Amino acid sequence: MTSKDLGNGLRQSVLSIPAMHCGACIGAIEAALTAVPGVERARANLSLRRVTIDWKRDRQVAPDLLGAITAIGYEANLPTAEIDGEDEILAGLVRALAVAGFCSMNVMLLSVSVWSGADAATRQTFHAISALLALPAIFYAGAGFYRSAWQALSHGRTNMDVPISIGILLTFTLSLYDTVTNAPHAYFEAATSLIFVLLIGRVLDHAMRRKARSAVAALTRLIPRGANVLQNDGRLDFVELGDIKARMRLRIASGERVPTDGVLENGRAELDAALITGESLWRSVRAGEAVQAGELNLGNPFVLRATNAPADSTVAEMTRMIEAAEDGRSRYRRLADRAAGLYAPVVHSLAVLAFIIWFIASGNLHTALTIAVAVLIITCPCALGLAVPMVQVTLARHLFERGVMATDGSAFERLREIDTVVFDKTGTLTTGAPRLLGIDGITPEALKLATALARTSIHPMARAIAEAGVSAEKPPTFTDVRETAGMGLEGRLGGDLYRLGRPEWALTTQDEAVMTVLSKNGEALARFSFGEDIRPGARDLVATLKARHFEVVLLSGDSLEAVEVVANALGITDRRARLLPTEKVRAIKNLQAAGHGVLMIGDGINDAPALRAADASMAPTSASDVGRSAADFVFLGNDLRVVTDVFDSVEKAAGLIRQNFVLAALYNLISLPIAFSGYVTPLIAALAMSSSSLIVVANALRLARAPRSGENMAKSVLEART
Amino acid sequence: MTAISVLVPLSIVMGIAGLLAFLWSLRTRQYEDLDGAAARILLDSDEDDAIDRDRRRHMSRNGG
Repeated sequence: MTSKDLGNGLRQSVLSIPAMHCGACIGAIEAALTAVPGVERARANLSLRRVTIDWKRDRQVAPDLLGAITAIGYEANLPTAEIDGEDEILAGLVRALAVAGFCSMNVMLLSVSVWSGADAATRQTFHAISALLALPAIFYAGAGFYRSAWQALSHGRTNMDVPISIGILLTFTLSLYDTVTNAPHAYFEAATSLIFVLLIGRVLDHAMRRKARSAVAALTRLIPRGANVLQNDGRLDFVELGDIKARMRLRIASGERVPTDGVLENGRAELDAALITGESLWRSVRAGEAVQAGELNLGNPFVLRATNAPADSTVAEMTRMIEAAEDGRSRYRRLADRAAGLYAPVVHSLAVLAFIIWFIASGNLHTALTIAVAVLIITCPCALGLAVPMVQVTLARHLFERGVMATDGSAFERLREIDTVVFDKTGTLTTGAPRLLGIDGITPEALKLATALARTSIHPMARAIAEAGVSAEKPPTFTDVRETAGMGLEGRLGGDLYRLGRPEWALTTQDEAVMTVLSKNGEALARFSFGEDIRPGARDLVATLKARHFEVVLLSGDSLEAVEVVANALGITDRRARLLPTEKVRAIKNLQAAGHGVLMIGDGINDAPALRAADASMAPTSASDVGRSAADFVFLGNDLRVVTDVFDSVEKAAGLIRQNFVLAALYNLISLPIAFSGYVTPLIAALAMSSSSLIVVANALRLARAPRSGENMAKSVLEART
Repeated sequence: MTAISVLVPLSIVMGIAGLLAFLWSLRTRQYEDLDGAAARILLDSDEDDAIDRDRRRHMSRNGG
């Protein structure tokens, strides 16, 4: 498990618990975790639905945190966002916002008394106090704007921060000059409230930016640092990952991940490839068969003959593909940036124009400068800076309440260009866990015996049997229960030997085609076959998408038969089976080249490159860590219908953003002529600026007032708990 | 005029006190879990110790 070192052997882990929703949950989770030996402290955060745990190794054993949470009926995942290091930039922005708020409000207070007609002496005193109060806002809170503007200018570019910085600094200097010369107007409150409002926009915007963690970082954690190499003379040497070469013989202990691709030398191995392929069935591998890097050895230790150096393994290849896809994605320019690119030059030229006209007309440098500054202040994109992030934050909150987490604000914009939805099969359209089929064909007695045996194992198939066989009757108690890796379970009841597992192991005769049998002294008692469950809501989702004229595509790495079953059940005509991760990416690139906007919904590591290559992507919380990091949206619970909710909300939000842009532009159209003709007083500037910002914020909040059903969230909470 | 010369500095000092209080509350992470704070009041257990320990650890790490 990922954890960060706090010193003194104390480690800190963060787990995400989607179903935590009330005070009782907090109490239960904290109590359950604190009761685990080795846990020093557990603190739940209800807003983020996370719990932070400080723990120590208890006699060299890490506490079973996930187990403790599962035991009280909650589901825990590793969080998607980076846990190490708090967000320093956001903390700095909030501090700057606090200072700017304090300064601007106090300056505004003094200004109001000046505007309501203070005498000359009081006015000058108040202007002087305002100048002092404005200092921290101008030089501390506003510093971020100047830095960003300077960076743009020194690279020969211009951005929104250039007119903002010029505006703030010019306003402040001019007001300082006016205070000294005892002029009637000073614009300190304009300069400071400008910083305040713009910082609100910045804070919201930053909260919606993608956290720095990339899917690649999560992927590299799957590979161990090295491996034990079996030398020709039988010695075991620990060799660093970089020094492992093809044809070396590696000994993989039980519970270890495979460091590089290879071939099993002898015996049999039971491997968990869930994180790589999303397939939850354990893979049983015989001598001579291939094993992929990143797979987890669940059974006995085995010897692997490496076929590739780790740098050429499947996981390394996947890393390169994700990196390539991430490069492609970064070309997307966000709506606010595009608006700023248009806006900044216009504001510059208007201010310069006002200065030149007034300088020629009046011949007075001070008048011309005052009016140019007024134009800069009035056109300052306060409302524009709030227009997009305010809606996005409201939208993110709205979706979070419905069980969808957005990792990147720009994903909302990209989602609007979608006309094709691509699904992965295993773990996405299906639940990924096997389910016992044809339970009617099994006698109750056999099922009871099988259940009793299956309960002792964590193998996915055993779990499926145990789940199907839950009954009120007390199951028989087996003695000498043993699990043979890759084969099955055995136990004694009275004098009889019962075996549950592969037919060639459990039976004396060798004519069985099914995967699993229950046998008594080598005689078959019952046969079990397994299928996949289609996720709840998958059928509705596909139907809704089709009704809205989306193209629906199924790209799977699974066999053609398995894909056909699911595609036919859901009515998906465009289906492709047996795809490698590269082929999934290529299929998406082809769709994009044909002019489609592609949304990818997938979960496995094999989907990660495709998730990054698509225009937007979603993953269920049950997805692999890498899959979740690669996706723009992560949805909780089992129900796929939330995807429709996301589309609806995003559409509504886009409407609000458009309205906000119109409102901001309208305000500029009205106020610009007033500024240009020199009639702007500090009072008018303050009124115009705050009213337009308030209107934009109020408009954005309408999204949160949309009728709340809360139904989906409640449903997913219930599902997560059962 | 004399009233103003007392009241204006007074209000600014109070404002600064408010600002410092806000910065302190940020620093001690009192805004990290607003929903949780509302729910925790219903819990019976003595949670104050945990918060104090956390705060001390955090403050000493920042030298504050």
